[in-house]
Amino acid sequence: MTLLLPVAAGLDPISQFEIKTLIDLPYGLDFTNSTFFMLLGVLSIVLFFGLAARKKALVPGRLQSIGEMGYTFIADMIRGVSGEEGLKFFPFVFTLFFFILFANLIGMIPFAFTTTSHIAVTATLSVMVIAIVIGYGFFKHGLGFLKLFAPAGAPLFVYPLLIPIEVISFLARPLTLALRLFANMLAGHITLKLFAGFALMLATAGGVYPLVGVISFLTGTTLNALEFLVAGIQAFVFAILTVIYLNDALHPSH
Amino acid sequence: MGPEFALGMKYVGAGLACLGMIGAAIGVGNIFGSFLDGALRNPSAASKQTGNLFVGAAFAEALGLFAFLIALLLLFAV
Repeated sequence: MTLLLPVAAGLDPISQFEIKTLIDLPYGLDFTNSTFFMLLGVLSIVLFFGLAARKKALVPGRLQSIGEMGYTFIADMIRGVSGEEGLKFFPFVFTLFFFILFANLIGMIPFAFTTTSHIAVTATLSVMVIAIVIGYGFFKHGLGFLKLFAPAGAPLFVYPLLIPIEVISFLARPLTLALRLFANMLAGHITLKLFAGFALMLATAGGVYPLVGVISFLTGTTLNALEFLVAGIQAFVFAILTVIYLNDALHPSH
Repeated sequence: MGPEFALGMKYVGAGLACLGMIGAAIGVGNIFGSFLDGALRNPSAASKQTGNLFVGAAFAEALGLFAFLIALLLLFAV
């Protein structure tokens, strides 16, 4: 793949994901471009919700409405799945959703770096979720948490087959949670870079190629719109799956 | 059977891995098709199910993306 698009010009689709160190710090904790964009995302969220919550008017203005919509969206999502006692996880799910949403959307800015397109970032988030699920499950229910793997109401002879299947599908959860977000972001940005690179190469070639370049440009524009949608949807799916898995920790029998 | 053969087979493997996206495309189309079927029968209840719609579609699409990921791993990481 790298033979076709000039790597030196940065036109190939993979080099956009490279981690570049901006400031060298000891113990390997360098300040990289990934760190910078994560910091940017967090500061944007704090700024946005800080400004939205400033006025505390009973009849909200426009900015406060948007803040309240974000709040009720996550709160209703949690209440719909696990009821009122799920709300003890509200700060966690809220932070997760808006961190991923802002990281994905900031990645859509031209020349910006998408922090969630690295498996290190998404795997960390997913491991946090599963650690909280398992930790809270054992904390609240003790060994009764293992009833999760033996759903009620099945005939007895089925259990030796059912329990390994349930365990394996439980262990697949952190894997698929991390991989889903990572693969969506990686595939999306590779596709965008690819179509943009094609449009550029075709436009600078002679003859009739610029006309084909227009088609590539229009396709790239459509894919950009799709990528905005995917950014929002992937944040939503991560958050709602987190809520569903936390519900399994709160109420372990299916 | 030297390294060029291995490189060539890597590209063949990457191409074959992309065939996994056929299943994902059928699955996502199935989900949205069923949603439209139900929504045209019961339009007032349709808007409450859009959350489930997107969750289901994300599950199905994730598997297609896993196939794409295998292809990318073969091209760039192996």
